[in-house]
Amino acid sequence: MKKWTRTGDQVLGRFDRQEAAVVRGLVSQIQDMLLARAEEAPQDELAELTGIRTGPSTPPDDPILGRLLPDFHRLDPDAPDPAEVDSANALRSLHEPELLDLKTGVAAVVLQTCPPDGGEVRLALEQAEAWLSALNDVRLALGTALDVQEDMPDELPPDDPRSPHLGVYHWLTWVQETLVEAVMN
Amino acid sequence: MTTPVEHERTQVDPAGEEVRSEDRPWQTLVWNDPVNLMSYVTYVFQKLFGYSRDHATKLMLDVHHKGRAIVSSGTKDKVEADVAKLHAAGLWATMQRSS
Repeated sequence: MKKWTRTGDQVLGRFDRQEAAVVRGLVSQIQDMLLARAEEAPQDELAELTGIRTGPSTPPDDPILGRLLPDFHRLDPDAPDPAEVDSANALRSLHEPELLDLKTGVAAVVLQTCPPDGGEVRLALEQAEAWLSALNDVRLALGTALDVQEDMPDELPPDDPRSPHLGVYHWLTWVQETLVEAVMN
Repeated sequence: MTTPVEHERTQVDPAGEEVRSEDRPWQTLVWNDPVNLMSYVTYVFQKLFGYSRDHATKLMLDVHHKGRAIVSSGTKDKVEADVAKLHAAGLWATMQRSS
């Protein structure tokens, strides 16, 4: 992978076979988690009639999904205000279906534009913006799984089970950082 | 946030701060987290709210140094929509009534 470059309204990147496999593998895993969450949405006839979809009113148990689909209010983990909990649940139910659509949609853009065997990635600006969101979702997921902290070292001790995965996380950070630069240019 | 880049602190016109709080009863907050990139957060503020690079950078630095920043305010509907857009971008955003 070289740094992304921008030419006019196009953003160009290049991934080798292994890099493309890593990106595609992680993006599809996130997409699958989000699609599984979407399946949990309550089905009701009223929603089919009105076209107004509602999602689950409670946050996901899984911490990765929890980070990708946050609450609308900052709730005190020890003593949440019941009125705020009700409001957060109602807002989640209202907005989560669209959020899931957007997140699975940006994942789909990556899967459509990143060649499975590697090679050049040529993106219109809108597709590059989708890549930014999708890469960010993958980094949030990995960051949550690896318990990334503000002062994360470049490398962990070799006996730390997270050690091999941290390299992937840092590489994705670099891919996203250079894509932000290219898009903002 | 991560990957600190040295930014010059810039004087920003506090647009809208004069408005009485009853006209802007809700606030959108963005909270610091250790994953989101400083450059990406600045980009998101510019793109979603149309803020200048300087203003977006100042808000991003507030999030980074103070742990949170109020990034927009207005009616409940407006703030709700702003939080939804920030969630789509992967930022940790919440809403609260103006105090």
